[in-house]
Amino acid sequence: MRIPILKLYNYLLISIQTEIDDQTAIQFQEDLLNEIHKTGSQGVVIDLTSVEVIDSFIAKVLGDVVTMSDLMGAKVVLTGIQPAVAMTLIELGIHMRNVPTALDLEQGLLKLHQELGE
Amino acid sequence: MTTQSCVMIQKEWDIVAARQLGREIAKKIGVGTVDQARIATAVSEIARNIYLYAGKGKVCFDVIETIDQKGILITAEDSGPGIDDLSMAMEDGFSTSGGLGAGLPGVKRLMDEFDIKSEVGQGTQIKVIKWVR
Repeated sequence: MRIPILKLYNYLLISIQTEIDDQTAIQFQEDLLNEIHKTGSQGVVIDLTSVEVIDSFIAKVLGDVVTMSDLMGAKVVLTGIQPAVAMTLIELGIHMRNVPTALDLEQGLLKLHQELGE
Repeated sequence: MTTQSCVMIQKEWDIVAARQLGREIAKKIGVGTVDQARIATAVSEIARNIYLYAGKGKVCFDVIETIDQKGILITAEDSGPGIDDLSMAMEDGFSTSGGLGAGLPGVKRLMDEFDIKSEVGQGTQIKVIKWVR
């Protein structure tokens, strides 16, 4: 299973719609970094609106991909984290500090727009 | 009487299967959305522990009822190496897997009741309960 990555102008858009297992998450990390490299995209939005569970492993993969993309020169924003997911993550002890977030896809794009100074 | 459903944990996808079943059962007995997420996440964590440390094992679900409350009992069992120092494993931030897994304290916070038995060389059994509110 592969998570589709869409290119929109100089952004990449990802909407995670399925249950992801560890392997899919790792594959996504690699795919996204390759796609940033290939397209020269400066901004990435990962939308998590449909994601019902984020456990410690998926949180780590997401947090890492933000840092890795940053190293390459692309900004990543996570959007649409569900209330239940936010509560569960904090109770679990995962704070995901330094990870840029926004309410929804629209706000996420706006945030990238501002940060990239366009 | 209750019927027990189990998921064998042998490969990565079984972690997903276990948390899906946990959520499904929780939903069926009337657990709210946030608690469903707590249960699914806790199952994911304990199933991953089995996968990482023991290689294989199982996660079982029971619907339990007392006079005044109803809940879901989750039992995770493996015949892995066991945990040497339980009190250390229950400390926040302690992990031997190099940062994978938020560990047992996180699971304990997500659930209402938490019980662990472990013997070195024998295996580990974790029982957690979430009551329907």
